[in-house]
Order: sequence, then structure tokens, then C-alpha cells
Amino acid sequence: MKNKEPIIRLLNLSKTFRGADNEVKALEDITLDIYAGEIFGIIGMSGAGKSTLVRCINFLEKPTKGTVIFDGQDLSTLTRSELYKVRQSMGMIFQQFNLLMQRTALGNICFPLEIAGWKKTEAEARAKELLELVGMADKADAYPAQLSGGQQQRVAIARALATNPKVLLCDEATSALDPSTTRGVLTLLKDINKRLGITIVVITHEMSVIEEICQRVTIIDNGRIAETGNVEEIFTKPKSVAARRLVFPEDKKIEQLMGSRCCRIVFDGNSSFEPIIATMVLEFRHTVNILFADTKNIDGQAFGQIVIQLPEAKSVADRMIGYLRSKGLTVEEVDGYV
Amino acid sequence: MFSPVVIKMIVRGLGETLYMTLLSTALAYVLGLPLGVILVITEKDGLCPNIYLNKILNVVINLTRSVPFLILLVAVLPLTRAIVGTTIGSSATVVPLVIAAAPFIARLVESSLKEVDIGVIEAAQSMGANPKEIIYKVLLPEALPSLIVGAAIAVTTILSYSAMAGFVGGGGLGTIAINYGYHRYQKDIMFITVALLVIVVQVLQEIGMKLAAVFDKRK
Ligand SMILES: Nc1ncnc2c1ncn2[C@@H]1O[C@H](COP(=O)(O)OP(=O)(O)O)[C@@H](O)[C@H]1O
Ligand SMILES: [Mg+2]
Repeated sequence: MKNKEPIIRLLNLSKTFRGADNEVKALEDITLDIYAGEIFGIIGMSGAGKSTLVRCINFLEKPTKGTVIFDGQDLSTLTRSELYKVRQSMGMIFQQFNLLMQRTALGNICFPLEIAGWKKTEAEARAKELLELVGMADKADAYPAQLSGGQQQRVAIARALATNPKVLLCDEATSALDPSTTRGVLTLLKDINKRLGITIVVITHEMSVIEEICQRVTIIDNGRIAETGNVEEIFTKPKSVAARRLVFPEDKKIEQLMGSRCCRIVFDGNSSFEPIIATMVLEFRHTVNILFADTKNIDGQAFGQIVIQLPEAKSVADRMIGYLRSKGLTVEEVDGYV
Repeated sequence: MFSPVVIKMIVRGLGETLYMTLLSTALAYVLGLPLGVILVITEKDGLCPNIYLNKILNVVINLTRSVPFLILLVAVLPLTRAIVGTTIGSSATVVPLVIAAAPFIARLVESSLKEVDIGVIEAAQSMGANPKEIIYKVLLPEALPSLIVGAAIAVTTILSYSAMAGFVGGGGLGTIAINYGYHRYQKDIMFITVALLVIVVQVLQEIGMKLAAVFDKRK
């Protein structure tokens, strides 16, 4: 990011939940800077502490130890009403959308504006503007129950943006959506980030979501930060065990993953070469070994052929071949290429 | 079948019954609704946790609810006399009805409010809503259909209590049923009053369910 000003600073943050006879250390010693204007990812397995972390950012959860600094303010020093005010500059969206079921789409977006003390007519005008922004202008009077998951999340995004927040916190915002709806919502988030310059914090357990929209990412494992860095860097050279587990779920060395099956893929200009292989690797979470490639990139379209070595697991290899064929590529198995 | 005098009496009884029931329900909600809200928000993970207040309220509500209505009716006679000036008739019955119904209503309200999705409350908090705003703009409106169903249950329960009050001169259809059916063996009058009670319960219940459906935007 050009603007190297951290809008959110977490310093040595810890959160321990105390039950009657047990203690859960949900977060331990988290230190993190999130810069203004970036899309920042927080990824980890279920139970790693992601939701607790994001809830600490807007103080829905008070950290046991450590400091949260938002836009230069130490949140622990604020009075309650100051905290309520600060929360109006942090929007949040959720896995289950959490819309008010008894209010229309428009009514839902008016809600934060009512809290912020807007006049009704002005709030409605602003709400309509936001429905437009998220492509839901025709659904102003629909109740959440009448909307699909993707539409509900769009309304939730509009609601979260209503008070012009500086930060949008997304806790598993696409985890309840199917892949194509997910892509739509992620595209919308990217678009909002670009247009409004709003900082977005994306919490997810899916590497593909991070890959799709984030610039930087931190990996949370068991309440601790395993690794923080640029997405490409972590994706290509994961250093920590937790990162490797996310990028390659089997956590094996690439060599061990490779089988003896190879196939030749012919590119005849109907597709671009890079995204297909990259997307396939992402989707299957298995790498392939490129043994031979002779392709030309003409206007973004690929011509030529490559030979790849498929993963050892037969089911994965078979599905990969199917995947490539479904993309309209000519794929043939070649025996004993090596 | 009935003489005009009897018909007039029954119509008056019906009027009294409706008056007692509806007035008591309204007054009981004035007490029970805030009590129900306080029960929910003072819980351990509630909006304004206060376990001591919560414990005390729970004990008081349970105590009041476990006293049989007829005993309560007699027990509060001095209070009734102090408030209404008499202990017989439908206005006098309103006092014990309210005292008996308010804790019951508090429980109904409590369970309705607990149905509200915790995620929606969290979303409101994330937007900077304070507890009062969450109560008025989230908890109560989101629970509205369920609150209406609860009100239908409350009003029909209060109606049957009011009929019970007829045993001790509480007025309304209950008193007629007791006086004519029980004391004078006029089974036809008793029958018609009981039938009327059944019909009133059905109608009130039906209205409640219809209203709840109208206000339910979740489907
Ligand atoms: N309110 C709570 N009380 C007790 N334990 C909690 C609470 N919230 C979360 N936890 C625990 O903290 C850990 C992290 O939870 P969470 O932040 O929800 O993980 P994630 O969002 O990564 O799946 C889990 O072990 C969870 O059981
Ligand atoms: Mg979570």
C-alpha cells in the first residue's frame, strides 16, 4: 500500500475466556498493523481465534491483555459512549448476514443511520444510494427472508457502509455462500475498496478468498500469529507449518505429492494458460509439476502445449484431468514422459 | 329459550368478562413486559448483566407463579379493597388478575426475546447501538410476532382465571355459571355461559395468531 499509515494496530493482544473450571486462551500475544486502504486477510482453521480477534478490533470483546489502537485512539481508554461512536466508523459483516428480519432491505440500511442520529428522510436517501452501490436498488422493500444469501450479504455490506466507516470487518462473510455468489461478493468488496478507499479486514478459513482479494495476510494458528506477509509470498513460500497446512492441506513436500502420471495439455487460443493452472492448483489444493512448456501468449490467449505431472492421488489426478477438459482444453495422458 | 332478563344478564356478564380480561391483560403487560426485558438483559451474557437482580427477579416470579390463583385472590383482598374500594365485582377482580398474570407475562416475554438471534444483536452492537437502542430497535421489534403469540396465550389464560374468580363473586360469565349452574342447578344457563367462554377464547386466540402472522416478515 502506498499509504503506510496503520489504521488498526494490535499490540501484544491476548484474550482468555474463563469458564467455571476451565480456561481457553483464544488469543495470545497478537501484534499486527493493518494499513489504511488495504485489504488485509486473517486466515486460520476453525477455532483458531479469528472471530475473537476481529471482535477485539471493535471491542465487542475486551482483550484480557494488550492494546487496540484504531485511527490513533487506544480503545481501552474510551468511555462507553465514545466507544459506541467509534464503532460507527467500523462496519462489520458476518457469515450469517445478521440482518434484522422484521425490517426491509432499506430499513436495515437505515438502522445504523438511526443510531448515528440521522434524520429519517436523509437516512432513506442515503440508504437508497447504498442499495444502488451494492446492486440491490430494486430490492429496497424486500424483507431479508425474501432474499438469497448473496443478496442478503449485499444488503449487509450496504448497511455496514452506511455511516461511511473507515474500516470494514468481514468475519467469514462468504463462508455461507456458494462459489459463484462468493466471487460476486468478493468482487463487490474489491470494488468498494477501490472506490471508497475503505480498509477491509477479511477473516476466512479459505485460502482462495485470501488469494482472490487480499494484499497482505496473517495466519492465525491456535490463537497465535504463525506468519504475516504478502499474499503471493506466503502462497508461494509458506514458512510456517500452519501456512503450509493451509496452502497444501496435506503438508507434504511437493516432490512427495507427485505421481508418475503426466498429461499433455494443448492450448489452442481459447483460454489463457496462467489462470487455468493456477486456479486448478488453488481449487484442488494440490500442486502440479510443470515438466515441459512451450506456450506463446498472444493477446492474453495461450497457444502451444505444456506437460504436467499430476498428483499421486488417483482421484485428484482424475478430477484434475476432468477439470482441464471442462475448460475446453485438449488433455491427453502421456505414459513415461520422464 | 331464555327470558329477556336472562339474556340481558348473560350479555352483561360477557361484557364484564371482556372488560376484566382485557383491562387486566393490558395492566399486566405494563408490569410484565418491562420485567421480561429486565430478566433477559440482566442475564449473565445479557446486555446489562446483573446476576443479583436477575436472581431476585427469578425467585419473586417463581414464587408468585406457584401460588394457586384462588389463594392469591383471597390473599390480596386487603390490597384490592385499598385500591378499588370493594372486593366483589369485576373491577375488584382486576387486581388479583394483574398480580397473577404479570409474572406469567414476564416469562412469556422473556422466552420471546430469547428467540432473537444473538448475531443480530451483535450486528447492532457493532454499529454502535447502546443497550436502550438495542432493546427498542432490535429485541422488541424482532420478537414482535412471538410477543403477539404470547399475548394471545396471556389473554386466554387471564380469561380463564377471571372465570375462576366467579367463585368468589368476581363478576362476569364465571359468576353467572357458578350462581346458576352450581348453586341453582340451571344447567342451560351454565351451559350457555361456558359455551360463550369457549367461543371468546377461540376468537381471541384466532385474532392473536392472525395478527402474529401479519407481523411476521420471516417467511
Ligand atoms: N465467549 C466465549 N467463551 C468461551 N470460549 C470462547 C468464546 N468465544 C470463543 N471461544 C473459544 O475461543 C477459541 C477461538 O474461537 P473463535 O475466535 O470463534 O475461532 P474461529 O473464529 O477462528 O473459528 C475457541 O476455542 C472457542 O471455543
Ligand atoms: Mg469464527
